[in-house]
Amino acid sequence: MAAMTDEHENGEDVTTPLLEIRGLSVSYRTRGGTVPAVRGVDLDVLPGQVTAVVGESGSGKSTTAHAVTRLLAANGQIDAGTIRFGRHDLASLSEAELRTVRGARIGLVPQDPTVSLNPVKRIGEQVAEVLRIHGLATRRSAPAEAIAVLDRAGLPDAAVRARQYPHELSGGMRQRALIAIAIAAKPELIIADEPTSALDVTVQRVILDHLQRLTEESGTAVLLVTHDLGVAADRAQRLVVMSQGKVVEAGPTRDILADPQDEYTRHLLASAPSLTTTRSRTPAAQPAPETAPLVEVRNLVKEFRLPRAGDGPRTLRAVDDVSFTLHRGHTLALVGESGSGKSTTARLLLRLTDTSAGQILFDGTDVTAARGARVRELRRRAQLVYQNPYASLDPRFSIGEVITEPLRAFKVGDRASRLTRARDLLDRVALPAATLERRPAELSGGQRQRVAIARALALSPDLVVCDEPVSALDVSVQAQVLDLLAELQADTGVAYLFISHDLAVVRQIAHEVAVMRAGRIVETGPPEELFTRPRHAYTRELLAAIPGQRVSSPASTTS
Amino acid sequence: MRRYVIKRLAQAVGVLWAAYTVSFLVLDFLPGDPVTAMAGAGMDSGDVHPARLAALRHEYGFDKPILVQYADYLGRAVRGDFGDAVSTGRPVTSTLADALPQTLQLTGAALLLAVLLGGGLAVVATYTSLRWLRQLLLSLPPLGVSVPTFWVGLLLVEAFSFRLHWFPAFGNDGLRDLVLPALTLAIPTGALVAQVLAKSLLTALDQAYVETARAKGAGRWRVHVRHALRNASLPALTVVGLLVGQLVAGSVVVETVFSRDGLGRVTAAAVTVQDLPVVQGVVVFGALIFVATNLVVDLVYPLLDPRIVVASGGRASFA
Repeated sequence: MAAMTDEHENGEDVTTPLLEIRGLSVSYRTRGGTVPAVRGVDLDVLPGQVTAVVGESGSGKSTTAHAVTRLLAANGQIDAGTIRFGRHDLASLSEAELRTVRGARIGLVPQDPTVSLNPVKRIGEQVAEVLRIHGLATRRSAPAEAIAVLDRAGLPDAAVRARQYPHELSGGMRQRALIAIAIAAKPELIIADEPTSALDVTVQRVILDHLQRLTEESGTAVLLVTHDLGVAADRAQRLVVMSQGKVVEAGPTRDILADPQDEYTRHLLASAPSLTTTRSRTPAAQPAPETAPLVEVRNLVKEFRLPRAGDGPRTLRAVDDVSFTLHRGHTLALVGESGSGKSTTARLLLRLTDTSAGQILFDGTDVTAARGARVRELRRRAQLVYQNPYASLDPRFSIGEVITEPLRAFKVGDRASRLTRARDLLDRVALPAATLERRPAELSGGQRQRVAIARALALSPDLVVCDEPVSALDVSVQAQVLDLLAELQADTGVAYLFISHDLAVVRQIAHEVAVMRAGRIVETGPPEELFTRPRHAYTRELLAAIPGQRVSSPASTTS
Repeated sequence: MRRYVIKRLAQAVGVLWAAYTVSFLVLDFLPGDPVTAMAGAGMDSGDVHPARLAALRHEYGFDKPILVQYADYLGRAVRGDFGDAVSTGRPVTSTLADALPQTLQLTGAALLLAVLLGGGLAVVATYTSLRWLRQLLLSLPPLGVSVPTFWVGLLLVEAFSFRLHWFPAFGNDGLRDLVLPALTLAIPTGALVAQVLAKSLLTALDQAYVETARAKGAGRWRVHVRHALRNASLPALTVVGLLVGQLVAGSVVVETVFSRDGLGRVTAAAVTVQDLPVVQGVVVFGALIFVATNLVVDLVYPLLDPRIVVASGGRASFA
């Protein structure tokens, strides 16, 4: 493997490609007509190599990957092109012949492990099924073989896990089960479609490491689809950059990162947060610290009752002795992985759920057990921006109605003044006034998140809780939204409680970072200090897990 | 699990009590008098002596205050005694018990047919790649739901007994007599099953795990039946539980159309002559069947979907 890599490093390919896509065009039939998704794509995967397809949502990268084994959605069709794999052209193979390729010679690691396993079948059964379909195991030998494959995929206690159902496993464990399904038949090629995007960063790294080791050992080639340039830079020998259904640049990873030829590649490199951690946009406006804090949280505890009594603990301590203060005009970031209690902490602060113990002071008043009118008063001064802008806006409201809803709820102003305010807010979040009449479905993800921010600012709150506000957005849009948030803070002096799993994003916006794990804050400090001198082992682990560090900060030389 | 079943049984008793009470009150408010009807039926002419009527009313307890009557009847009902049928003088329980086997045969057969026909239609309609066949099959359920049962029954009789002479038009002996009424009863029920199952099959086929199965190299039939069907069966199962009530109600019409001696006929006759004890017995018995079926359905859920746990809190929920 090592010798082969050297041969391919400079892009001079001696061996014939394992997968050779030429002039591939794919389109989707919709009610509005035929929409082209992929246009004239050429792509090679060499045996034993990792080729990464990088691009933003809508670039056609997933469609390309799915077209290889013709696993397109029902309304998708291949219009032109050849997909040569070994001696077959997969684009023109019959469905029956294709089935002997799928699973046996080309494995797929799907995007979201939480929904990609059949919820009503045991893990072992689902792995054994691949072996049974391709006649690689008998009814009797399949269960034991499945356990062996799960073990190879790095699932601890494989024999126990094989008898469990998907919902009893964590996201990382489920992705290992899916990797087991993909490698079970020892395929020559694995297509990994955003294999870790739904997972926590530390899990992400472990899974990718393991996948890399497995494929290197067996000489399996990988077609890795990802939106994360950092992941691609770390893992792939070759990069294929896609934009709007076309390949804009392709070549050895090192060459592209060092010297991107295409405008779009440069743009992508510049906005990838994980590759540009040296850039910081922390605003300088530091208000005098002697003013009373806006939010003061002391020894906050939240316990949830667990459903089934009997063995095991009866309660889950989601938030465990958490204390912090937040000043006006400041941004405090709560960083942690899923289940660390960061979102629960925010919900406690907004009085969306009751505290089990501890105290919350908002602008000097104790709101820990506030009810009725006092909660309403708090809601007026503390607003929320959600993670998913696709779900947090009522699809039947016009944008004008969305933004003025808080004003109507608090009976602020009359119709005309509310509309003026909405127009003003849209202007602030850099959206044209014509947006007022449109519906959420007509806007892009980034535009929707701008609307959500405008809505949160409608009542001129003192605090905005941002719960993973950019996680659902493309990297270049992420950068714009983060800039907007910083700008609005400088203008209005609003304080942010910024919740994120992404340290790289946090570095760009926070004045103070609190790292959470298992309900506790393990370390706090200014981002620069945390990034350069992490004290807690977990913080170091999180930092190490940020992808894109194996290449020497290429973006700094290009931007 | 045991606590769950006990709790559900307690709920069932509550439902039965409510059914009894509501039917008692409704029947009491109805105009007319069962004693007059009974006396009229017993002695051919209309000139019944008022003293005789009063005696009868006293005998059946109709002269007591309503609350006392209610307590009396409830007390006896708890012990399984629903009194005597006013029209025949036979105990209500044995009247129902005599009619029960016929109705159980009918509804059981209809339920089986409904699940087989409806389920089969849904599976084939969502599996076929022939567009016209899919469209045709998927247009059948709405039709099946919307046509009235008695009309379907008459149509089937016309076609299969009067023209083709395949099955008898009425009677209640043996399997041949059962075919047409069971089919009549199964059509609207099966149509609902088909509609719900087809919809949830299409939803299931859209899920990511189906793509995983296809990526394994599984054939379409395997994906359809082994992966999608079991996931899609839960909503259909819920509907089946609810449809058992509809089947019992539908048997009133079907047994009348096909002249079968069953619970439905008994009910229809009792309502016509205002035979209150029988009507009450039927109501409580119908509620009993409904409650029992749905308890069974709830206990089957966790077997189909491991994510559902039967909680001691009293209801099935997602873990």
